[in-house]
Amino acid sequence: MTGKVNKGKEKPLKLLLYGYGNPGRQDDGLGNEFIYLIERWIEKEGLPNIEVDSNYQLNIEDADAIANMDIVIFVDASIEPIKDFTLTKVNPSASRIEFTMHTVSASFILDLCHKIYERYPETYLLHIKGYEWEFKEGITDAAQKNLDKAIDFLKGILKNPQSLKRYNT
Amino acid sequence: MSRKITIEPVTRVEGHGKVTIHIDHEGNVTQTRLHIVEFRGFERFIQGRPYWEAPVLVERLCGICPVSHHLAAAKALDVIVGAGTGEGLTPTGEKMRRLMHYGQFFQSHALHFFHLASPDLLFGIDADPAIRNVIGVALKHKDLAVQGVLMRKFGQEIIKATAGKKIHGTGAIPGGINKNLSIEERDSFLKGPDPLNADKMVEWASGALDFFKTFHKGHKELIDNFSKFPSSHLSLVRKDGAMDLYHGVLRAIDSQGRKILNDVDYQEYTQYINEEVRPWSYMKFPYLTHLGETDGWYRVGPLARLNTCDFIPTPLAQKEFELFRAYTNGKPNNMCMHYHWARLIETLHAAEMIRQLLHDPDLHGNNLVTIGKKQKEGVGLIEAPRGTLFHHYRINDNDQIEMANLIVSTTNNNEPMNRAVNCVATSMMTGKKEITEGMMNAVEVAIRAYDPCLSCATHALGNMPLEISLYDQNNSLIDRKSK
Repeated sequence: MTGKVNKGKEKPLKLLLYGYGNPGRQDDGLGNEFIYLIERWIEKEGLPNIEVDSNYQLNIEDADAIANMDIVIFVDASIEPIKDFTLTKVNPSASRIEFTMHTVSASFILDLCHKIYERYPETYLLHIKGYEWEFKEGITDAAQKNLDKAIDFLKGILKNPQSLKRYNT
Repeated sequence: MSRKITIEPVTRVEGHGKVTIHIDHEGNVTQTRLHIVEFRGFERFIQGRPYWEAPVLVERLCGICPVSHHLAAAKALDVIVGAGTGEGLTPTGEKMRRLMHYGQFFQSHALHFFHLASPDLLFGIDADPAIRNVIGVALKHKDLAVQGVLMRKFGQEIIKATAGKKIHGTGAIPGGINKNLSIEERDSFLKGPDPLNADKMVEWASGALDFFKTFHKGHKELIDNFSKFPSSHLSLVRKDGAMDLYHGVLRAIDSQGRKILNDVDYQEYTQYINEEVRPWSYMKFPYLTHLGETDGWYRVGPLARLNTCDFIPTPLAQKEFELFRAYTNGKPNNMCMHYHWARLIETLHAAEMIRQLLHDPDLHGNNLVTIGKKQKEGVGLIEAPRGTLFHHYRINDNDQIEMANLIVSTTNNNEPMNRAVNCVATSMMTGKKEITEGMMNAVEVAIRAYDPCLSCATHALGNMPLEISLYDQNNSLIDRKSK
C-alpha cells in the first residue's frame, strides 16, 4: 500500500492530476479546463513524473488508473459555499455506491482501489468554485478568476509535493 | 387500508426514476407505474445548429453511452451528405466505426454485469444493501471486480483509439471517420500490456458467461420465473439474419416467433413506429403502428437481439447462442432475467469482434470519407448496448438542423419495464402486510435487467437523492425514508 509522500530524492513521486466535469454545462467544465491549462505548464517546466487526465465523470476503471500513483489530485467544480477554491484530503468511502455510475465520487474510487488492489495513493480533491451550470460551453468570468487562482496555487504544490502534508487532516 | 408505495429513485440504474405501487384494502396490487420524472429536451437543443455538429453535440446526452449517440447521429448524417445508408462508407470508415462501437458494447456490458447486476446474483435480492453492491463484490469476489474494472478499461481504450477521447470523442464524421488506427495502437490491443489484450478479454468474457450459467443452474426458479411475461421483440439484423449491432434492417417478432416487422428499411421507420404520450411520465411509449398502442409494444436490447437474429457471426458467441436458443426450444425467450445471459453472450461477441477487427488491415487505410449528393433528411439506426437507438434529422437550406427526433433505447423498453414492475409487485407484494427492503429491491432488479439509462432517455437535471415514501388510501404521506 502506498500512501506516504516519498522523502527520498532518488525516486520521484508519481503524481496524477485528474480533472472531471461536463464542459457542456458551463462551470461544470472547470476540472477539464484546469487540466487543459496545467498540462502546458507541466510540459514547459519539464515535470515527467506528473501525468494528467480529464474526463466527463469518474468511473470504476479510474480505480485502476490511480492504483500505481503516489499522489492523486482530483479537480472538480464546486457548488459549495467556498470562496474560490479548496484543497482537501480524500479518504476512502463506499458511500453513494448504491447509486448510478453517473455519481461516482473520488472517495468511492479510492475505496474501490483499496479493496481490489490493496493499495491507495495519497489523494486530494481540488474544488474550484463555479457559478453557472446551463447547457452551453465556456467558463464564466467569475469562475475563470477562481480557476486562475487555483492554477497558481497548484503550481507551487507541484514543484514541492511535500507541502501537501499540511492538507493531510 | 389501501396504500401507495413509492420507490424513488430506482438504484443502480443510470438516471432518475421512481416507482409507485398502489395496494387496495384487501392487499391486492391495483396499479404500478415506473415514472420518469426528469425533463427531456435534447432534441430542441440541437435545432438550429449546423448539421455536422450533431455527432459531437448528441454525445452530451450521456456519459455512459456517448458512442452510441455519436454513431447513430453520424449514420443519419451519412445519408444527408450522400454517403448512403450505412453501406456507402469506405472500408476504413466503416470498420473504424465498428471497432469503436464494439468497444462501447464491451465496456458498457461489463460495467452493467459486474458492477450493477452481479451484486444481486452474488448476494441475493434480499441481502443487506450494505454489502449488495460493487464494494461487496470487491470484498468477496475480488477477481470478478478486477476483471470488471479492466474489461471496462479495455473498452474505453478502444474508444479512445477510435474516437480520440474516452468520452465525447470526435472520430465519426458525416460520411466516415477522421482517423485510422495506427499499427502501434493495434499492437497495444493485441499484445498488451497483460492482461489488457484482446485474447484476455475474450477469455474473461467467456468466464463471465460461465459464471452466469453456473449461477443459473443453482437458481433456476429465480432466473427463469422472475418477471417473466410474453412480449414482442425488435432489433436490427443483418440482411442475412445475422446479429449485427452496427447496421442492418429492422426486424420484429411476436412472443411466438412470428415476424411482425419483416426486415424493413429503417429509413422508413416512421411508417412502422409511433410514440404514445402518457401524462404521468416524461418518457414516451413507442409501439408498432400496425398493431396499435395496446398490442404494438415490444422489447429491445440483448434479449430482443438474441430472439430476433438467426445466428451470431462469431464462433464462440454462436456456440453460446445455440445453447441459449435451445433452452426455449427455439422459441423466443421471454424471461426477464435472461437479459443478463443474453448480455453476456453479446459481451463475448463484442470481444470476438474487436479481436477480429484488429487483425483487419483495412483499419490502417487512408481513405476515410465518402460524400455524394446532399439530402435534406436522414435516419441513423444502431443497436446501442441498451437496445435499438433511432436518430432522425432534417436540415434546412442553410445546413441547420430544423427537426430532430431521437427514440433512445430505454424509451423503447418503457412499456416492458412498466410490465416488469407490475409482474414483480403483483407476485411479491399481494396480500403482504409489510413491504420489505428486499421486495422493493426485487422491483429494482426487474428494471435493472433492462439496463435502462434514464438520463439518456430524458436528460437528467439536478441531484438524485434516494427517497422512499409510503402513502395511505388518501394519498397522505405516512412515512418517508431517504439515504
